[in-house]
Amino acid sequence: MSFKIYKVNEALRDVVPQEVIDLEEKATWGDPKRSVMQIPTHKELLEEHSLCAGCPEAAAIRYILASLPNPEDTIIVNSTGCTSLVFPHISLHTVHSLFGNQNSVASGIKRVLEYRFPDKVKDVVVLAGDGATVDIGLDYTLQSFFRQEKITTICFDNEVYANTGGQESGLTPKGHVFKMAPKGKQFEKVPMWQLAIDSGCHYVARLTVSSPKRVEKVIKEAIYVAREVGPTYVHLYTPCILEIGLNSDDGLEEMRARDKERFKFFEYKTPEAEEVLAKYKEEGLL
Amino acid sequence: MQSVENKEKVNKKGQRLVSADYILFEAPREKHFMTGSEAVKEAVKRASVDASVSYPITPQSEAAHLIGELWAEGYVGVYFRGENEFGVMSEVAGAAMAGARVITTTSGPGTLRAFENFPMWSGTRIPVQLVLMARGVNAPLSIQPDNLEVDFLLDTGCMIWYAENVQELFDMIIAGFAVAEQPDVHVPVITAVDGFFVSHTREAIYLPPDDIALEPYNPYKSPMPVIDAEVPPGRFLRDPFVMKSNYISYATHASWQWEVRSAIERSRPYAKHYLKGLIEEFGDKDGDVVFVACGTAASQAKEATRVLLDKGIAAKVVKLKTIRPFPVEEVLEATKNAKYIFVPEFNVVGWLERELRKVLYKKSNAEIIGTPRVAGGMTMPTEVVVKEVLENIK
Ligand SMILES: Cc1ncc(C[n+]2csc(CCOP(=O)(O)OP(=O)(O)O)c2C)c(N)n1
Ligand code: SF4
Ligand SMILES: [Mg+2]
Repeated sequence: MSFKIYKVNEALRDVVPQEVIDLEEKATWGDPKRSVMQIPTHKELLEEHSLCAGCPEAAAIRYILASLPNPEDTIIVNSTGCTSLVFPHISLHTVHSLFGNQNSVASGIKRVLEYRFPDKVKDVVVLAGDGATVDIGLDYTLQSFFRQEKITTICFDNEVYANTGGQESGLTPKGHVFKMAPKGKQFEKVPMWQLAIDSGCHYVARLTVSSPKRVEKVIKEAIYVAREVGPTYVHLYTPCILEIGLNSDDGLEEMRARDKERFKFFEYKTPEAEEVLAKYKEEGLL
Repeated sequence: MQSVENKEKVNKKGQRLVSADYILFEAPREKHFMTGSEAVKEAVKRASVDASVSYPITPQSEAAHLIGELWAEGYVGVYFRGENEFGVMSEVAGAAMAGARVITTTSGPGTLRAFENFPMWSGTRIPVQLVLMARGVNAPLSIQPDNLEVDFLLDTGCMIWYAENVQELFDMIIAGFAVAEQPDVHVPVITAVDGFFVSHTREAIYLPPDDIALEPYNPYKSPMPVIDAEVPPGRFLRDPFVMKSNYISYATHASWQWEVRSAIERSRPYAKHYLKGLIEEFGDKDGDVVFVACGTAASQAKEATRVLLDKGIAAKVVKLKTIRPFPVEEVLEATKNAKYIFVPEFNVVGWLERELRKVLYKKSNAEIIGTPRVAGGMTMPTEVVVKEVLENIK
């Protein structure tokens, strides 16, 4: 790739907001050691994004973007939902196609990029909500795992269909009352991280985004393993503060509370993944 | 559109890379005998296809198998079996966004399973080619030829072409890439044929040699940035959703949709060139009995004109090669002396009759008769076509 692709058009430079210029000037391209520690001085996401104030998804996206080892050659495929609202506000090649087809689109992109650029590393990352990943898109998510597509799938689990106004999803905990589940959800939260393991992922993690450094480590590992071995899956708790009735500064506390229970940190690596990760560690990239 | 024969350019299979003009109009041709599915293989072999994803459904499965064989032989870059047609059409979309020339195939229920993808394809401005081997849709289950599904596709923003026979299918696949990939067109093309009647029927076909192939697709001529992180703009969401509640968003969405339809309009001169016209006329030029038809219904109508001629009735066939864009001017001209227009079709709703009525409304005094209409796998014998004519003309 060329770093030039992230340049603000000179003809427009005097009219675009400073924030957008910051996306170019305060970006951290070309450094696989970039990290969440740079967030205070660098720019990954416009402040004027369209998520609710204090939505943990915004924090999560910043941590993820700051952790990508190869942002200049990373393509993110997203899906319909609150999750997708941030993508016009970052500086990466991203795709929104349909609701639920993200792993299929990503499979096509990844395979063609491998074919067109056999000597280059191009990371493809899927980032979608729980409804997109586990309900409407479950087939495509799992099938991409079965096929051993070399992509990283990140699920923003807010345990609800947030963007459509707070309906129960397969990842809502049992008994929880949401729209379309007026008597409380009748079945258990789908253990997607386990399905990912059973379906052939080589690296799986489940966590909240309460700790930026932990998110960074997980994202880097997931991407390195996907690059070299096969599918990886990261399940993040990003609570929908709006739908569970929290204030905009309550997100972190909510995640910390869940760190101790249903989102207790959990990680799984296949032996091939361990091997790759040991190599990257040796190279000082982890 | 000039033909350039570049002797230097050779692909990794040793095929000389040539223009669509050269393949379609200049290369020497040899006679073969094969099915429509085999003709798809021959076209793909000469089309420098980067990626294809397939899923089994009769009657398109064999064509999809054969594309897989080409991949195994090294003629196609990426190939696999997808999980279902919704997944397949999204996989090929991803492949196209990443800069690939892409082809896939489906039929009937597969088309419907995939449906949400088609307007996404056109809105995303990817020149994917879908070879549609039309068959009936459920319920009840049928695997037989029936082109109702084409009706559903008419307003998806994809170009829709209809091949009559094995030869035309081969030529249309090559022409399909050439037209769909024009920077000022760049929308998907659906190349339809009647399942079984074309996919499974062995016919004479004239093919150019297989040591030539179409020049590769140049994704950097696309009107939309390629998703390969090689080109600006870097801050780009494909495709930007415009769903804020304000007038600019609404207007953007509306103009985006109009632009897709305009792109189809802009395909006319290219399609005219590569298809040698958007329609084909057959029979007595001055006949006042006119059949307007596409696909194998046109073949049956052609046979009927011969029988009618023996009975002293001058008839002709106006065969439509493109449905989107609809050949409005051509049809008006070709039917201007018609007294009776018959529209034989392989579906129960008569979508072609409906399309034609829209175009001829207040512009033709001809009586439009939507018959014979067969479906569900029924054939359309010439005698039936002739009988309908004899019963309906005064
Ligand atoms: C085919 C289809 N069905 C339904 C919708 C409506 N829809 C849009 S966003 C959404 C909810 C997304 O939920 P999730 O994936 O959990 O993301 P979140 O909004 O919670 O971040 C739904 C149901 C759609 N856009 N397309
Ligand atoms: S509705 Fe919920 S998930 Fe969506 S932006 Fe607001 S807080 Fe975040
Ligand atoms: Mg959700």
